[in-house]
Order: sequence, then C-alpha cells, then structure tokens
Amino acid sequence: MTVASAAPATPKQPRRAPRSLVLLWPVLALLFILAFNLAFTPGFFHVEVKQGHLFGSLIDVLKNAAPVALTGIGMTLVIATGGVDLSVGTVMAIAGQLTVLLMESEHYHWSMPTACFAGLGVALACGIWNGILVGYVQIQPIVATLILFVSGRGIAELISNDNLTAHSVPFQYLGRGFLFGLPFQIAIVIFVLLVVGLLMRRTAAGLFIESVGNNPVAARFAGINERFIKLLVYSFSGLCAGIAGIVVASNNANADPHNTGLNVELDAILAVVIGGTSLLGGRYSLIGSIVGALIIQAMDTTILTRGVAVEWTLVVKAVVVVGVCLLQAPKFQRLFRRK
Amino acid sequence: MNATNPILLQAMSVTKLFPGVVALDAVNFSARAGEVHALMGENGAGKSTLIKVLTGFYPRDGGQILLDGKEIRPKTPAHAQQLGISTVYQEVNLIPTLTVAENIYLGREPTFFGKIRWRRLNRLAEQAMSRLNLHIDVKRDLGSYSIAIQQMVAIARAVDVKAKLLILDEPTSSLDSGEVQQLFAIMRQLKSLGLGIIFVSHFLDQIYEISDRITVLRNGKLVGEYLTRELPRVELITKMMGRELATFETGLATSVASDSDLKPPILEAKRLGKRNAIEPFDLEVRQGEVLGLAGLLGSGRTETARLLFGIDRPDKGEIQIDGERARMISPADAIARGFGFCSEDRKAQGIIPDLTVRENVILALQASKGWLRFFSRRKQTELANHYIKALNIATRDADTPIKNLSGGNQQKVLLARWLALDPRFLILDEPTRGIDVGAKADIQKLILSLCQQGKAVMFISSELEEVVRCSNRVAVLRDRRKVRELTGAEINEHNIMATIARSDA
Repeated sequence: MTVASAAPATPKQPRRAPRSLVLLWPVLALLFILAFNLAFTPGFFHVEVKQGHLFGSLIDVLKNAAPVALTGIGMTLVIATGGVDLSVGTVMAIAGQLTVLLMESEHYHWSMPTACFAGLGVALACGIWNGILVGYVQIQPIVATLILFVSGRGIAELISNDNLTAHSVPFQYLGRGFLFGLPFQIAIVIFVLLVVGLLMRRTAAGLFIESVGNNPVAARFAGINERFIKLLVYSFSGLCAGIAGIVVASNNANADPHNTGLNVELDAILAVVIGGTSLLGGRYSLIGSIVGALIIQAMDTTILTRGVAVEWTLVVKAVVVVGVCLLQAPKFQRLFRRK
Repeated sequence: MNATNPILLQAMSVTKLFPGVVALDAVNFSARAGEVHALMGENGAGKSTLIKVLTGFYPRDGGQILLDGKEIRPKTPAHAQQLGISTVYQEVNLIPTLTVAENIYLGREPTFFGKIRWRRLNRLAEQAMSRLNLHIDVKRDLGSYSIAIQQMVAIARAVDVKAKLLILDEPTSSLDSGEVQQLFAIMRQLKSLGLGIIFVSHFLDQIYEISDRITVLRNGKLVGEYLTRELPRVELITKMMGRELATFETGLATSVASDSDLKPPILEAKRLGKRNAIEPFDLEVRQGEVLGLAGLLGSGRTETARLLFGIDRPDKGEIQIDGERARMISPADAIARGFGFCSEDRKAQGIIPDLTVRENVILALQASKGWLRFFSRRKQTELANHYIKALNIATRDADTPIKNLSGGNQQKVLLARWLALDPRFLILDEPTRGIDVGAKADIQKLILSLCQQGKAVMFISSELEEVVRCSNRVAVLRDRRKVRELTGAEINEHNIMATIARSDA
C-alpha cells in the first residue's frame, strides 16, 4: 500500500542453479582437497585393516567429521528457516556432561540407555527453549540462541565442574566402536541423516521449512503455522547437538565441561554454508552440509598430517572457505560467464 | 495563493525509463513558493518516481529541472537537500534513542575545535522547533514522543537547512485525526514563511483541506494541473482513474441475480474495526455472491480484507461465521473455516519465489491438512498440472521455480493455491493488477464461475469497470470508512465515484 510499491525498479533476481547443481562446488572442493593429498601427502590414502577394522587418514576424516556433521544436520534446517543456532556447542557439553554424570556418579548409577536418553532429553529441552524464544517470543535467532551459548557452558560446569571419566564399555562403543569395519560414529551420522531425510520427504515439514525461510509473510498467509515450524527446527537442532555431545564424550571416554563442543557451532554453520544452503533461508541441502563437514574435517586432517604449524590452521581453513563461498556467489560466477 | 506566486521548481518534460516501462513520460510539474501542491494518482501513476527524480534518488532520462530558474541535476538525496529540496517520508528515518536535538543536527552539529557545543546545539534545536510552533523538551529521547511529534522533528530537520522546497510523502498515513491537524498547522506555518510544499496523500479530505493546487498523474503521464478550489472531487477522481463521467453507461449491472438476498450469510462483520486501519463497519458476505470492494488506494480495502482473514487483530467489534461468533487470530484459523485470501502484493505476500509451481500450488492445501499427511509427489504433480491446464498457466512444467514465471502467470498460480483449497469464501485483493488483458479476462470468468458454484467471493479492484461488471453488491470505502453499499441497478461507475467523491462536510 505504500508509494514505494509503485516503483517498477525491482531488479531481476539472479537465477539460482538448479537443485542438482547446488552440490557441484562443494563436491569439487572436497575432491580438490583429496587430490592435493593424493599428490603431496604420502600415506593419506593408506587404509589398514587391523582386527577387521579399517584405519587410516581417510577413515579418520569420516569419523572426526561426525560431531560437525550431526550438529550441521540440525543447523541446516534452522538456517533454512532463516535462523541460526549458536548454542549447539554448549548444548553438546551439557548433554555429554549429564549423561556421563548419571552413569558414573555414585548417587545415580543409571544404566547406559537411560542416561543417554536423559542427556538427549535435556538437549531437546534446550532446543525447545530456543524454539520458544525464536518462534513464540520472537527474539532474533542470533540473540535468542546466544543466551544458551553463553549460559550453557556454565550449566555444563554446574552439572559437574570436573572431567568425568566414562568407564562403561557399551557407552564407549558409541564413539569408539566399529560396525562393518567402519567407526560406529559414521553409522550414527548415516542413521540421523536417513531419518531426517525421510521425515523431510515423507512429511510436509521440508516444504513448510523452505516456505517459512524463503518468504515468511507468504507462508503465514498460506496458513502455515510458522511459529510451530520454528519450534520444531530448533528443538531438532538441540536434539542433534545432544547426540553429538554424547558421541564426543563416548569417543574421549571422558566428559569435559570446558572443551566439549567448543567452537563447534561455527564449524556447523560453516559446513551448512559451504554445503550451499543460503544463510537467508529457503532451499537447503542436507547432503551439502555433510559434504561441508567433510571438507572442514579433511582440511583439519590435511593440515595436521602435513605438519603445518598449528598457528596456520585457521588461516588455511579461512582461505578454503572463502574460496568455496566465492565459487557459489552468483555475482562471482557472473564475472566468468560474461566472457 | 494565486497564480502570481513565484515558481520555485519547474520540471519540464521529465522522463524516466525502467526496463520495459516508461515510468515518467515527459511530465511537466511546477511547485510555487508559499503553496501546498498535492501530487495525486493511483498506483503506478508515477508519483513516487517523480519525487525520486526530483530528490536525486534516480537520475532522469530526459527533460530539465529548474530550481529558482537555474538548472539542477541532483545526484543524491543529500545533494538535493543541499540545493534546497528536502524530503520527509512516511516512515520516520530518525534515530529514536538520540535526543530530539541530536536528531535535528545529526551530521551537522555545531562544533568548537572538534568538540560538539551541546548548549548551542540544544538552543538551535529549540529555535528550530519553535519555528514550527512546537515547544517540547529537545533534550528528551526522540523515541519517547508520539509518531506525530517524531514526524514533525523530521520536518524540523528537513526545513532547518536552507530548504526552499519540502516534499512530504504520505506523512499522514500513520497519524490520527488530531495529529493530522497538528501537522497541517505546521504546514500552514511553513507556507507562510514562503516555503513550497509538495504533499502526497491518499486522503481526499486532507487534500482538499490543505492543498492549493493539484497535479494529477496517470500511468506515468501528466493529466493536468488544477487549482484545488476549482476542481470538484468527482472530477479529480475521474482524472485519477482515467474515465470521463459522460461515458459512463448507467445500469450496466443487470446480469446480477438479486436472489442472493435469500441465501444465508456465510460471514457477518459487526462493528468490526481497527484503529488507524479501518473504522468500525458492518458487512455481510452471502453464498453465491460476489461482493465488490471499491475505493481509492489507501481507503481501507486491504485493511478490511486483512481483518476478515485473521491477519490483523481487530480492536473493535466481532466476526460471526454461520451466525456464530468466531475467533480468528491467524490466517490458519481463517483457512480452517474455509476462507482464502489472495493478497494484492504478489511478491511480498504471495509467492514463495524459490519453490516450484507445484509446491506453490499445494502450499495452502497442505498447510490446512497439517505436516504429517503429506501429498505424494504424484498427487502434487497431478494437482499442479490440473490447474496449469485449467487456468492456462504458461510454464515449462510444474517443477519450474515460480520466480521464473511472468507476473500474470504467478498470479494464476496463487489463484490455483486458493482454488485447490476449495474455499467457501475467497477474498481476491487486486487479482488483476499488472497482468495482461487475456489473463484478466480469465480471472474475471473464474470469479463468476466460482460464484455459480455457490461460493462467496470478495473482489477488490482499483478498476471500477471490473468491480461493476463482476459484483452483485459493492461496498464503497472512503478514507478508511465504509460509506455505502450499492446493490442491483445502483451498481454503476457513476454511483461509485460519486460516493467516493462525496465529502462528509
């Protein structure tokens, strides 16, 4: 109704690549890193079989990418609604701390499954809290999730300020075990990815999430309950962080309130963005985020195995990330198309 | 207040082109010192483009602009302001957490060796405000004052620099009537100081109260410049809408079946209203009837529709559905009751641009079924293809992103979204705006066929001819009030225009 709406000067939107092409650049980047290692890092592709289990740098990449991949799956849906979840790292710490405490403490001595469910439950509760703040109280996502980002670490330390050792062997299997020769963590990621993928395909949740992210007003006018959708994605992101936290505690056989999940939220956001999901919301790609997590981990591992000074790690990472993001930017792509 | 007032700004055959559109076609316009000059026109007439060219927001593609007889070429709004052309927009572009004084002098504070001279700043601000006959504490935060005062601070900021010409772009749309009077007092004060004022508003009563001269634009062309007191309202409206009274055929609406009175009402609004949106009104919507909503832009048509669809919450009155009081606090509620609303703002409120035609079609239907009962891909494609064929939607296939379609075809996809719901009451807000003639006719036919199926349609359009042709009953709105209802043979363009033009005085 304003005068401005009369102006016909709306710029044409750049055509986005068709859906199948969204994965092109992330996959190429991953292949590039692998090719670099094939040429310059001896033994990177060497895979050994010990006691029926596979070992090697490649396997390490797959395994160590799991926490970022798990949080990245949740983060993808959050970002698809146009939001962001900064609290995943600290929620990981809370979930890991609580689970191990309930199993190991003299007071509780809970069985491993109940303790894990309790850890997941608390993570879910954190997600619901975020979802209520964003969806119903309508606080900006960055601020709403900042609350748990800041206080979550403290909550984890309140649960127990000490590093707790997890002696339970079945618990350690989650992070350290092997299934069909591959680390069990990989199976967990694949399982979560399958469940989410099916949920998004077999229900209308994916459609609603993309609609809310792409045009929130139009989505509301079409009768979508955008508050509930937001509650849903933040809750789910909390749950994913819970799984990641338990996996990390299990892998270390140790729950560390100070360092578990430190900076994971940044890697998760990065994985999503590298994977081709726009921070503005709308179309998303779960597989893209997994590829993004693999890129980040492959870089970390490359830098480590090549003996690059630790100080350079973040710089090298930044350069690669800038590169991938540039390749995806429509403006940058147009520079080359004009020729 | 006569033709002898010296001309301050003169725009001569100013032209502005946008890709595919001539937004301003050799428009002449002049503003005189000591006069309020109203700029009138319906949507797309070119008012805002003209203002943006005058203030340097857009470069012009042709023509000349003279200020005090010298040619100017403003490059940016800041440059225009230096030249003496200041603009105040509908939304206040100031900083609520700074004081009134700081806002007035932001970026040009009086300094002494780099240090702001606060006392001088506050004194200057007080002087600036008192020139507008406003005596408020300039040391208080701007945000602590009403929108009206904030608007006046914006005016004080605008006229404080050596302004010769002040442009007020819809300054009254968020003010209540008392605040409007305050604003008018200031405009009269500025006028007496010799400033020229260009005033844009959709409110006819305000135009006739404050302006000395009116320029009417239509479709980017100048219709004419008139002295306000010599231009009757009906003539102004016909000029804006582009129809001559003499050509009206009376009694056109004969195809209308008047037995709709017998059908029970689906929806009744009783004294329904919302402050600063629409005054309380009564309205009935009956089965098998097309209810037209006529009125100028900004008269409250869309606001009425938003209340009925649960988008905005009314602060007065109630809605009854099938005779029972209904609580509707979201579009989802309205949809659950079988309502549909096709918004006038296709881009901002209609399409989900990145999603495909198929997804855009099924969206509302899927939302009403909930997220668990998802249509299979096959069913979705079937639905989408059905409507692509039925509505003649030009698209490569159902899986093309909707943003790649032309405006008219996007509109049809949105119609399909609502038709798929099989609503018993469909609100169509400007469904034919900006689309070609063929698509227009398709949509009008569709409205009539819906009506024959026993559905109720509320049809909002700026094109009176359309409203007259399609409606069984027409509610006429003026200045955010429902002023009259026309039925049967009363429905013709003349009656509608006369109703819109009638002053309350």
